[in-house]
Amino acid sequence: DIYLKQMLESSKDSAKLDAMKRIVGMIAKGKNASELFPAVVKNVASKNIEIKKLVYVYLMRYAEEQQDLALLSISTFQRALKDPNQLIRASALRVLSSIRVPIIVPIMMLAIKEASSDLSPYVRKNAAHAIQKLYSLDPEQKEMLIEVIEKLLKDKSTLVAGSVVMAFEEVCPDRIDLIHKNYRKLCNLLVDVEEWGQVVIIHMLTRYARTQFVSPWKDDEVVEEYSENNFYESDEEQKEKDQKVKNTYTMDPDHRLLLRNTKPLLQSRNAAVVMAVAQLYWHLAPKSEAGIVSKSLVRLLHSNREVQYIVLQNIATMSIQRKGMFEPYLKSFYVRSTDPTMIKTLKLEILTNLANEANISTLLREFQTYVRSQDKQFAAATIQAIGRCATNITEVTDTCLNGLVCLLSNRDEIVVAESVVVIKKLLQTQPAHHGEIIKHMAKLLDNITVPVARASILWLIGEYCERVPKIAPDVLRKTAKTFTNEDDLVKLQILNLGAKLYLTNSKQTKLLTQYVLNLGKYDQSYDIRDRTRFIRQLIVPNEKSGALSKYAKKIFLAQKPAPLLESPFKDRDHFQLGTLSHTLNSRATGYLELSDWPKVAPDPSVRNVDVAELAKEWTGILGKTKKEKPTEKFYSESEEDEDESSSTSASGRCLESNLHLPCLKNSIFRTGHYLKRIRKKFKKSQSYVAAPVSVPTKTHELLHRMSGKGLAAHYHFSRQPGIFGDRMVSVQLTVTNTTDQKIENIHIKEKKLPPGMRMHEFNPIECLEPAGSITVSMGIDFCDSAQMASFQLCTKDDYFNVNIQPPVGELLLPVTMSEKDFKKEQGMLTGMNETSATIAVAPQNSTRLVIIEKVVKAANLGVVPSGQDNIHRFAAKTVHSGSLMLVTVELKESSTAQLIINTEKTVIGSVLLRELKPVLSQG
Amino acid sequence: MIHSLFLINASGDIFLEKHWKSVVSRSVCDYFFEAQERASEAENVPPVIPTPHHYLLSVYRHKIFFVAVIQIIISFAQDYFGVCSELMIKDNVVVVYEVLEEMLDNGFPLATESNILKELIKPPTILRTVVNTITGSTNVGDQLPTGQLSVVPWRRTGVKYTNNEAYFDVIEEIDAIIDKSGSTITAEIQGVIDACVKLTGMPDLTLSFMNPRLLDDVSFHPCVRFKRWESERILSFIPPDGNFRLLSYHVSAQNLVAIPVYVKHNISFRDSSSLGRFEITVGPKQTMGKTVEGVMVTSQMPKGVLNMTLTPSQGTHIFDPVTKLLSWDVGKINPQKLPSLKGSVSLQAGASKPDENPTINLQFKIQQLAISGLKVNRLDMYGEKYKPFKGIKYMTKAGKFQVRT
Repeated sequence: DIYLKQMLESSKDSAKLDAMKRIVGMIAKGKNASELFPAVVKNVASKNIEIKKLVYVYLMRYAEEQQDLALLSISTFQRALKDPNQLIRASALRVLSSIRVPIIVPIMMLAIKEASSDLSPYVRKNAAHAIQKLYSLDPEQKEMLIEVIEKLLKDKSTLVAGSVVMAFEEVCPDRIDLIHKNYRKLCNLLVDVEEWGQVVIIHMLTRYARTQFVSPWKDDEVVEEYSENNFYESDEEQKEKDQKVKNTYTMDPDHRLLLRNTKPLLQSRNAAVVMAVAQLYWHLAPKSEAGIVSKSLVRLLHSNREVQYIVLQNIATMSIQRKGMFEPYLKSFYVRSTDPTMIKTLKLEILTNLANEANISTLLREFQTYVRSQDKQFAAATIQAIGRCATNITEVTDTCLNGLVCLLSNRDEIVVAESVVVIKKLLQTQPAHHGEIIKHMAKLLDNITVPVARASILWLIGEYCERVPKIAPDVLRKTAKTFTNEDDLVKLQILNLGAKLYLTNSKQTKLLTQYVLNLGKYDQSYDIRDRTRFIRQLIVPNEKSGALSKYAKKIFLAQKPAPLLESPFKDRDHFQLGTLSHTLNSRATGYLELSDWPKVAPDPSVRNVDVAELAKEWTGILGKTKKEKPTEKFYSESEEDEDESSSTSASGRCLESNLHLPCLKNSIFRTGHYLKRIRKKFKKSQSYVAAPVSVPTKTHELLHRMSGKGLAAHYHFSRQPGIFGDRMVSVQLTVTNTTDQKIENIHIKEKKLPPGMRMHEFNPIECLEPAGSITVSMGIDFCDSAQMASFQLCTKDDYFNVNIQPPVGELLLPVTMSEKDFKKEQGMLTGMNETSATIAVAPQNSTRLVIIEKVVKAANLGVVPSGQDNIHRFAAKTVHSGSLMLVTVELKESSTAQLIINTEKTVIGSVLLRELKPVLSQG
Repeated sequence: MIHSLFLINASGDIFLEKHWKSVVSRSVCDYFFEAQERASEAENVPPVIPTPHHYLLSVYRHKIFFVAVIQIIISFAQDYFGVCSELMIKDNVVVVYEVLEEMLDNGFPLATESNILKELIKPPTILRTVVNTITGSTNVGDQLPTGQLSVVPWRRTGVKYTNNEAYFDVIEEIDAIIDKSGSTITAEIQGVIDACVKLTGMPDLTLSFMNPRLLDDVSFHPCVRFKRWESERILSFIPPDGNFRLLSYHVSAQNLVAIPVYVKHNISFRDSSSLGRFEITVGPKQTMGKTVEGVMVTSQMPKGVLNMTLTPSQGTHIFDPVTKLLSWDVGKINPQKLPSLKGSVSLQAGASKPDENPTINLQFKIQQLAISGLKVNRLDMYGEKYKPFKGIKYMTKAGKFQVRT
């Protein structure tokens, strides 16, 4: 220790680092290193980042024990909280909040508040984590912390979302009202949140949805309730009304939003996320939709034993209520001899739940293999399962019973014993004609030693002693001999057997019974002695015995209800699936109850977000639509807003952009926005749209006749401007009927368009004769992006998913302008707005005519007259936003050329550049 | 939320502990040891153990118990150090500690993407150790991983390579149960596409398949654009740097799965004598002309078996009389001369004949074949100008492949 201290006090960083490493090693092994605290804490301000980190590790471990000394380090952290490096700010906050010293609570509170409005989302994320830590240190701070949570919930960064919801769940899970305004945002962000955050958010939203939406389950119970109601009320009108309410259930769009946005997460690689979505669908989706989770859950079965264990438990619970969900996957639950026992028994449980008339014979064959398993515990469980199948499915009761009887001759005692117990239960359900089996079992008594099995046989013989009148007294005789050596369980049953025989066949068994009762009287166990005393009083008539003994026979030989064989998972579903409580089948601390659906939905408008806020939130996406708004003032304000936030570089804003939308649009907007002012200037000199120079004949296939069941469709871009409004690209669609029957009512349905995109459909084609073909026009506003427009092409009785992806060349309208104008515009569109490439030009392409022909064929460009022979210029504007697109082809020596594109729509520009390259270089 | 983590080795020593909140005495592990004693085998220890004040979660990997932890930690360790053993953890205790610190804050997972962790705390290599000793530089990155803040959190910026390469391995595992008579009871395929991508800059890749219809049950790395997959069945993604699992998929038992090998067996125990016969032959079935290699047969014999006297036609075999495990390392299958293992089994004298024949577990590998028929069509790169070197490998392996006898 002294040595370590010396090292820590040395001036060399390497010695300090070495010492710190050893100390952390000690901590990891659980050795006490608290004596070094003063020496270590001095190094908290070390410049060396690795030493610093290790000191942090040390502080978090020992600060609680050495509070006074720990205070020495606080000022260092306070300084670090102001550091320009976000990483240092974040880690300072993290360590500060991990030091569990109550005196610094106010400092922590202050730090959290400040960090929650930090520019860096990473720091804000750490602030959210710190909330929970402070709360557990001092719950008094709850109110203040809730304020911070409320603020952070509004945060739009995907980085923060998971952490703040976690804090919400810890600190104030009952403040559902804080979620309302953020609900839609959380649903929309969900896909992009990191995995562990997704899990937390999904669980929270599940609880939220159960308090806010009405039940989507139109289950049978409800129907029953209704019919009962009529019975009492006999009010026809009321009934009609009720049924109307029932029939017109429409799901709240927000409820649907949650289901829709969580569905893709079933594809997550993280088992916890898949499980979370599965439980969400189970608790929230209409019963017909919950089935989609089965496939993903079955997929999880391939992972480790721990994951399997949890997933199988949840499937077990689900499969009781809704067999249909997992029936197709029956075989995935077949047991392998290498599975651990707990996995085997869970699979068996599920197989039993899934058993029905159709699959029972396959299952029983499979069970036969399991019964022979070397894992005897599992074999026993299989026998129980067979018993359950036998009672649940009456068709196979006899088969099962016979099978079980065969097992009675098994060599393994555990198997036999379990069979006896199960047979006992089965016989009880239908004792009428099973005298033979009982006799067989009586014989077994000589060999079998497992107490439960012996007890079961004795009980059976006693219960049905009248069916085996000859054997029963003999069994009693034998067991009376061995009475003293039996297990308590068996002794009790011997007494029972004696009593029952005494009542039915006292002539033969009176003495034997009394002998047994005498043995019981002096037994070591209280239980046996008590029982003996009770039985003697009840069955042997004497002057003291009361009125009860008259009824002794009725008491002992009463018809007993057959035991119900049911799944141990039957009632587990009152716990939320996927929770620790569900796994343990008992309430764990911190479990948050899932409420029942409300009868009437609370006001859905609480989730509405103010227009101003919404506009701010989605500037990135709605940018273009806003230009149409006449409210100039409002627009410019929000634009400034946007300016500010994007100048904070990599912070929040760019994280928001939905990853799955191709980044195309966002970047278009951003550049477009910076250039707003420039654009205003040249708007006056804007040129006129010209007629297309060339109309390409190339058609694209929309629907092949094979996949369209005889309906074929092709489309081509007709380059006719403004038929359907000036932002639409017109598309000509040729539909052909290749079948020998009429195709009726061809129309468009189910458009799945990216946000902002619009489509003008063609009028439905009422009828298309065999071998007939018809051409119709439609318009699509692609929003200046090369994204696909997906929709369904429907006929009277079929539908086909199709999509149109425009070449960027078709997103343009040619314009005419003078060379001077062209140069002027080009001068304004330089820098980032210019993309260029050097290309090889095939020799036959180097004449002016060929170049023009090729270029205008590939893209809808207008030709600009040019003074120089080697320079060719083309101009167009984008269909949607009318941004200029200037193309220059400058021929150089040795058959190369410079291709330059100037436009503020840089993305389209670069795509166009790529598409034009091969046009000129190929012959 | 995870309160504390204890690592316990096979002999029951706690060799590492880490606390994210207040310190929990290591005596909580006594509950775990109790449960361990009750369970006959390590893998039968229940994953969740409730105690009066805590709940213990245990994960068992590589003969080490991770008590109270999530499994991702293990996969990180493998990624980081190549192997995950007690020795490795002991040697690198400080690095492990630092990584654990970064992974969870207050017991809540903070960063589990191994690419990011590697950037925060650089994994130890021999070279780095040498460099560190000389220059006194550190393993700790002083920059926030850029990924954390960008729209592509899984990829760092400024990646540079002189050789740009992208390799994809399509690996399929067949899980099957074959019954006595050789017919398939259930068979499913579990496939993954593992990638090793070393590309400069921010490449945007698309991978398309000849027969994407096969992939109806898939899970993706977060980098894959789900919408594009939904609409076009094309994998479009900006890859993480280095090794990662792009996709895993599952071809369920409802589909027809080709079984590439068969096992002929004749195992019988007689009631009267203490000798039994044992004979198995392994042969190729639907292998599309490819060689089956790395064949390994293991079988757990019943308790009553004392010893086995066997002669293999090829390969080596071992029978462990204590664990009763028979393993036969077959190697390659030559279709002209099928490998077989024949001989006799001696049973405990006087013991009754075992009522179950042992199940046979099979391991094998087939190179250049994806048994489901999945084929990659093409790989394209956008966003960067250079031409990367591309490669695709296929492999089929046995997963849990059991033959009942």
